Amino acid sequence: MSGGVDSSVVAGLLRRRGQPVVGLTMQLWNQRRLPELVPEGGATGRCCSLDDVYDARFVAQHLGIPYYVLNFEDRFEQQVVRPFIDEYLAGRTPIPCTLCNNFIKFDQFLDLAAGVGASRIATGHYARVGFDESSGRYQLRRGVDQAKDQTYFLFGLTQQQLAHTDFPLGGFTKPQVRELARELGLPVADKPDSQEICFVPNGDYAAFIDAYFRERGIAADRAQGEIVDTAGRVLGEHQGVHHFTVGQRRGLRVAAGEPLYVIATEQHAQRVIVGSNDQLLRPRLHAGQVNWISIAPIQQPVRAQVKIRNKHEAAPATLDPAADPPRVEIVFDQPQRAVTPGQAAVFYDGDLVLGGGWIE
Amino acid sequence: MQSPAGAPLAPYLKLVVEVTRYYFDHNATTPVSAAVLEVLVPALLEVYGNASSIHRDGQLARQRLEIARRQTAALLHCDPKELVFLSGGTEADNLAIFGSVKAHPGARKHVITTAIEHPAVLNPARQLEREGVEVTYVPAGPDGLIHPDDVRRALRAETVLISVMHVNNELGTIQPIEEIAKIAREAGVLLHADGVQAAGKIPVDVKALGVDLYSISGHKLYAPKGIGALYVKNGTKLSPTQFGGRHERERRAGTENVPGAVALGVAAEAAASDLTDESSRIAALRDRLERGILDRVPATGVNGSVAHRGPNTSNIHFDGLEGEAMVISLDLKGFAVSSGAACSSGAVEPSHVLLAIGLSREQARASLRFSLGRSNTEQQVDALIEAIAESAAQLRHLSPTYTARA
Repeated sequence: MSGGVDSSVVAGLLRRRGQPVVGLTMQLWNQRRLPELVPEGGATGRCCSLDDVYDARFVAQHLGIPYYVLNFEDRFEQQVVRPFIDEYLAGRTPIPCTLCNNFIKFDQFLDLAAGVGASRIATGHYARVGFDESSGRYQLRRGVDQAKDQTYFLFGLTQQQLAHTDFPLGGFTKPQVRELARELGLPVADKPDSQEICFVPNGDYAAFIDAYFRERGIAADRAQGEIVDTAGRVLGEHQGVHHFTVGQRRGLRVAAGEPLYVIATEQHAQRVIVGSNDQLLRPRLHAGQVNWISIAPIQQPVRAQVKIRNKHEAAPATLDPAADPPRVEIVFDQPQRAVTPGQAAVFYDGDLVLGGGWIE
Repeated sequence: MQSPAGAPLAPYLKLVVEVTRYYFDHNATTPVSAAVLEVLVPALLEVYGNASSIHRDGQLARQRLEIARRQTAALLHCDPKELVFLSGGTEADNLAIFGSVKAHPGARKHVITTAIEHPAVLNPARQLEREGVEVTYVPAGPDGLIHPDDVRRALRAETVLISVMHVNNELGTIQPIEEIAKIAREAGVLLHADGVQAAGKIPVDVKALGVDLYSISGHKLYAPKGIGALYVKNGTKLSPTQFGGRHERERRAGTENVPGAVALGVAAEAAASDLTDESSRIAALRDRLERGILDRVPATGVNGSVAHRGPNTSNIHFDGLEGEAMVISLDLKGFAVSSGAACSSGAVEPSHVLLAIGLSREQARASLRFSLGRSNTEQQVDALIEAIAESAAQLRHLSPTYTARA
């Protein structure tokens, strides 16, 4: 329970069904830890803030269910925050929400819930899970509300994890969920949605990384480097590759005749390579550490639609089992803009989530 | 967060409590005893006068307040005039520390306390540091005991106060207050002892201990929350820390909490009268619990000294387990126990006391505190042992990954 509308409605629905329910909140990050990042007037509306825990507890009290806050701060820092930073410094653009789902929420948190006697966990994700008799597999489907669908972040779930997980909101739209919240009398019915990465204030991940290093007394070594075009000509300077992501246009501060975009970042050379919009197009990509959900690992080419970032519209493509599974080669029917290493490629067949992997 | 303007909140549902509750967290707080309740309700109903008023309603309140002061003083073996009623242990510690340091005329001041104090002492000490007072935090040994020589070595010419708890809230260890008092007396330094976890559990004689200031809290000995007392030895210089009317001999401004004091007085009297019998009964139960856990659950051990310990507390590490998960598991089975310290969100942080006696963060997180009290019986202890064995087995079976089982 995050203190938001979605997980609160989940708790309310389960309580209404008369099932024994225990409310749990994960304390993941201490919002007061990097005070330089907290805007004037204090942190609000981000996960793990005292206000959010207050709201979650208020909902639990309202529903009359037992409620606990679990301290996952150490584990979150180890398994989400540090890899997040390492990825950025390595010139990739990570998705901490997926790491959190894979290594915290549906792993250690599920373990803990099982350990204290829960048969299943339920979360406020917009996704649907069901068991398919013919294939003998748990299948994951997009949430009915396409705008809210969160399956992009859930591609790493294993069959065992899905077997013990409920997504009660998968069949509802967000307006319906807010309506349910009002119907259930929940005190958070009109609370605004959270948007950004929960531990990064205002989405400024570069400022977060800099502040984290300052706190730990680590100077990011030789962060500065050159901004070059695809022919290797030096166009300007930058303050660290972690300030840039593929497809980015703003913040380059170099003058050129045509709009320039980040094409790639090279961590070893501390270089940011820029080019035209056309130079961002890629016909194919390799996905590593592929996890198959709704179908067994593929042995031959399979047609699918592939999403390469959360807000991307899934594009038709052919999935080709590479010579070295669990890697997969993805060949798009039409070249795609800003294929970004560190993001996920998630494979769909309509609503069905076939699986996904990390863009290399 | 607010409900839409004017929209009524649906009625709260009653908290689901489907099992009999067994309470093993008496160091956190105690239920109000029947004897206390019996005097508390009439005190609330009938003794409504302001104890500082001149009329007879005020005189009645004053009479009850002073009876309570005599009862409480009897528990600590002090003169009633040496006792200040206030809101509880935290206020008593704050008044003792800030009041005595402020009253000292020196320009440079130094305070000695320990690494295993309650936050009600540690945080005032940190505040003093921010105000320019130097503070030494004496470490505890792995046994959870402060060594008087360490206190002696920490003394400086400008030391004005030593603050050492009598009984540690997490380990139950009894600190050598008498020896530290000798050191303080020789050095001409005031000694404060936080006795919140001692009063009602072990005999307390502030004169024999040799302390100048001693804090107690009502709700740790079956009185309600919101009442406590500070012993201030006759002649001790103490500046007030809150300002208002001339209550409590100008040591603590604020209308006297007469019903609270009446409750504390009765609770203190009850604690004094059956201290020996009840202590040995509870110690026997605690030992039974400890033996049961160590016998039944592999990879467990007692944190801190077993010999120098109050009767009701047991702190045990369960290697490889999350104390937090154990607390939840046991709670859902009906048993209230505790682990670590609650941070502001309510999540559990590793206990600073366990870290201070040398446990790793993992070991500290893997530890549980059991604190027994009047309501506990042999049958409850046996049920708790059973539940712990079951919870530990279940959590260990699933560790490290639930998926391995499925």
